[in-house]
Amino acid sequence: MSHYLPLIGILLLLLGFALRLNPMLVATAAVLASGMLGGMALEQVISEFGKAFNDNRIIAIVWIILPVIGLLERYGLQARARGLIASLRNATVARLLILYLLYRQLTAAIGLHNTAGHAQTVNPIVAPMALVAAEKQHGPLDEHTAQRVKAMTAATDNVGLFFGEDIFFAIGSIVVIQQALAARNIELSPVDLALWAIPSAIAAFLIHSTRLVLFDRSLRRAAP
Amino acid sequence: MTPAPALLTLEHLYWIVGAMFAAFSLLSLFDRTSRKARGNAIFWGLMAASLIGGSRFGDFGNGLIVLGLVGLAGFGFTGRSSPKTTSEVERQAFADRRGNWLFMPALLIPLVVLIGTFAFHFTPLGQANLFAARRETYFFLIAGVFVALLVAQLWLRPPLAAPLQEGRRLIDAIGWAAVLPQLLVAMGTVFDKAGVSGLIREGTLAMLPPGNLFLAVLVFALGMAMFTIITGNAFAAFPVMASAIAVPLLIDTHGGNPALIGAVGMLAGFCGTLMTPLAANFNIVPVRLLELRDPNAVVKAQLATAIPMFAVNVALIYFLAF
Repeated sequence: MSHYLPLIGILLLLLGFALRLNPMLVATAAVLASGMLGGMALEQVISEFGKAFNDNRIIAIVWIILPVIGLLERYGLQARARGLIASLRNATVARLLILYLLYRQLTAAIGLHNTAGHAQTVNPIVAPMALVAAEKQHGPLDEHTAQRVKAMTAATDNVGLFFGEDIFFAIGSIVVIQQALAARNIELSPVDLALWAIPSAIAAFLIHSTRLVLFDRSLRRAAP
Repeated sequence: MTPAPALLTLEHLYWIVGAMFAAFSLLSLFDRTSRKARGNAIFWGLMAASLIGGSRFGDFGNGLIVLGLVGLAGFGFTGRSSPKTTSEVERQAFADRRGNWLFMPALLIPLVVLIGTFAFHFTPLGQANLFAARRETYFFLIAGVFVALLVAQLWLRPPLAAPLQEGRRLIDAIGWAAVLPQLLVAMGTVFDKAGVSGLIREGTLAMLPPGNLFLAVLVFALGMAMFTIITGNAFAAFPVMASAIAVPLLIDTHGGNPALIGAVGMLAGFCGTLMTPLAANFNIVPVRLLELRDPNAVVKAQLATAIPMFAVNVALIYFLAF
């Protein structure tokens, strides 16, 4: 029975999750518990944790984009994004976000996944645009509706990224798949894997676009 | 024979990004307006140390850096800052004056990455051994950022420290959510070493009745999604579920197409990413930046896309892989 003890780490994660504790603390508690119950000494767990953190520093590189975006925000990037949509007579939230979904999927599919995102495009450009488009359909937005529009914009970015990036063959997740299967003596080319990401990408575009059109309708219906 | 190391390695990239975090840390130190400035200074200082010196501190030293980051973030020593910036009225005036050209520096970044990547693959540049293997995109990303920064600096003529102060404003708005993804990947690695993955493998295999193809596909996809929800990362889920179910059952026993099962299985995991607040980069960072009141607002907005997409991925594997 005792060899199941490391699973307590997973239980801690679920518990911390349910109690809405800080995820950094919860994850670390889970690591220490699982590691020590799995037979490692405390010092060894800390070392393994530090080594793995250090081996994955590449994840932090994307934040290099913040100074440029912050600078452009200082000079009115968000205001300009709002102005652009205000000048388009037929803009709606759905039209804007479907266009952005397509842009995000296509650019992610050719390896530009790091050039858009919540800090890069959603907060400075697309969310301000979506709010103006929503005002055109709905009239002045109450706080609840504005929050819904912003959350939907962020969701659209994630859907576009997740169901676009795997079409690009040189991305991390493709490498993970390739290496995990190579460890079991199944050799695959990245291009084979990337091709099979296309059907899901098309389905994601259709499903999420349908939701956006329905979202538009609910905005119009709720117009005062 | 090992190939000669490239002219620019990942280590160089870490130094550049580390220098940026060091600047955030220093500027926080001189910030007298925010109560959390001291905590922010230490937090980003530790990130800078990890990026710049991580290869020299040894595993235990790096572990202590991680514990420091966790302690500061977990007990509330970090928080938003408000470096001096322009007012909403000034921003509107700038926007009216500069027009759509304001988008240009932001668009320069993908343009540089695109041109760089093309040049890398279709000209002799790719053979020059300039960049660490298969990581050229990151080098072009940083090059694009510097080009955009240079253009913006020459055109807009901001105070010299403005890019770093504005960057600090954004990174403090994001806070520890900027570090969580790296921490979670590390967590997955330690879980694996502690035998957690093996136990999950045993458990799922014990639950499955033999010979039922649909159930095997469903448990594989469900395992990908659930494990991703719990750990916040589909990358950690894949090796576990591949060696537990995909390879022995779907590929070896039922003769499924490995490329399809691998690719679509990973996407089933991504449906889990859409449903978990632990996927900080995607589901917490926007909550912070867009100032959403409900911390789960983005996850909730994604559920109605994630659930049908999960069904689509299960169907794709079941109907096309065999």
